[in-house]
Amino acid sequence: MHGFANPARFLRLARWLLPTLLVPGFVLAFGSLAWGLFMVPPDHLMGDTVRILFMHVPCVWLGMAGWSTIAISSIVELVWRHPLAGIAARAAAVPGAVFTALGLITGSIWGRPTWGTWWVWDGRLTSFLVLLFLYLGYIALADAAQRDAAAGGSTSRVTAIFGLVGAINIPIINRSVVWWNSLHQPPSITLGRSTIDGTYLWPLLIGALGFSLIFGGVVIARMRMLLADIQTEARLRRKAMG
Amino acid sequence: MSSSGLKAKHQRLVLVVFALVALVGAGLLAAYALSRQASYFYVPSDLRANPPEAGRAVRLGGMVEKGSIHKQADGVTIDFLVTDGKAQVPVRFSGITPDLFVEGSGVVAEGRLEGQTFVADNLLAKHDEKYVPREMKDMSISQAKQVVAQTR
Repeated sequence: MHGFANPARFLRLARWLLPTLLVPGFVLAFGSLAWGLFMVPPDHLMGDTVRILFMHVPCVWLGMAGWSTIAISSIVELVWRHPLAGIAARAAAVPGAVFTALGLITGSIWGRPTWGTWWVWDGRLTSFLVLLFLYLGYIALADAAQRDAAAGGSTSRVTAIFGLVGAINIPIINRSVVWWNSLHQPPSITLGRSTIDGTYLWPLLIGALGFSLIFGGVVIARMRMLLADIQTEARLRRKAMG
Repeated sequence: MSSSGLKAKHQRLVLVVFALVALVGAGLLAAYALSRQASYFYVPSDLRANPPEAGRAVRLGGMVEKGSIHKQADGVTIDFLVTDGKAQVPVRFSGITPDLFVEGSGVVAEGRLEGQTFVADNLLAKHDEKYVPREMKDMSISQAKQVVAQTR
């Protein structure tokens, strides 16, 4: 695994990985959206508003997958001191926050016609809003820690620790509809079982795969950008000293 | 370097695992302890077992009993029963109901208990976890399975 600690090697892999993830990602994501928006029949209760499903579910899934990426990378950074792990965690934060915000927005738009309200403070919605705030805090903290390191300060582990501590919210979001009475319905898809009819389930799964590939591609692209940033900073500093 | 480096790595791993277990344990305990307070609504049997003080604003959630919706003479007031399978609470509401408010479906009513009747100021419809196309809702489960099998 430390073979990829060499940035040159990672960058060579990234150059190949980026189109491999993004091209099928966009094809699958837009294919599933077109399928969901124009081809599936309306739901027996919700009618056409069921189509928000195909945007809402991939967004909230990636909002949670984004923080899981941060948490796993933080463990790798803290334990194995892998130089790319911290960069991967920081690269996942912004796309994760964007998908979390999109999940909250699409959910709110969906809630108005179906539940009769834009927002309620039930367990699921509140814990998901907390996830957005955690992302914003993480992004600010990572930015501050990087500036500190660039200014010659010690490499701080506080970002990784925050990424790890924030992961506690992920199982809470997942279980919120089971532990507490909530307006949000219990999970439709659990391991090996689904209460979503196949007409909706297949385009949904394809969309989730497509958006996940896009997410992976964006993380790789942002890792390249962060590595380039660090290189430029180091070069400038050497020049200033020399 | 290699042996001492490995040892430090193992120490860090053990430390992180311990921290993670403690953290998750604490979080789950806190969340579990909140299970009553963090609930968004009472279900009818809760409301019957521990009734809130009269006039206090609470939420009541459950199923709308089949065949229980009755419209009053004024045309905007409805009466219906909310059930959780164990207890029933009669609810009165005046106003426009959300699209998903139908008999046999989930509802959350915001209001207060007045005597035995729950007077609601606002109704929220609760969707269940099932997503089914319109043309399949009237079929029996075996018919629906057949249709799904044919279209696959």
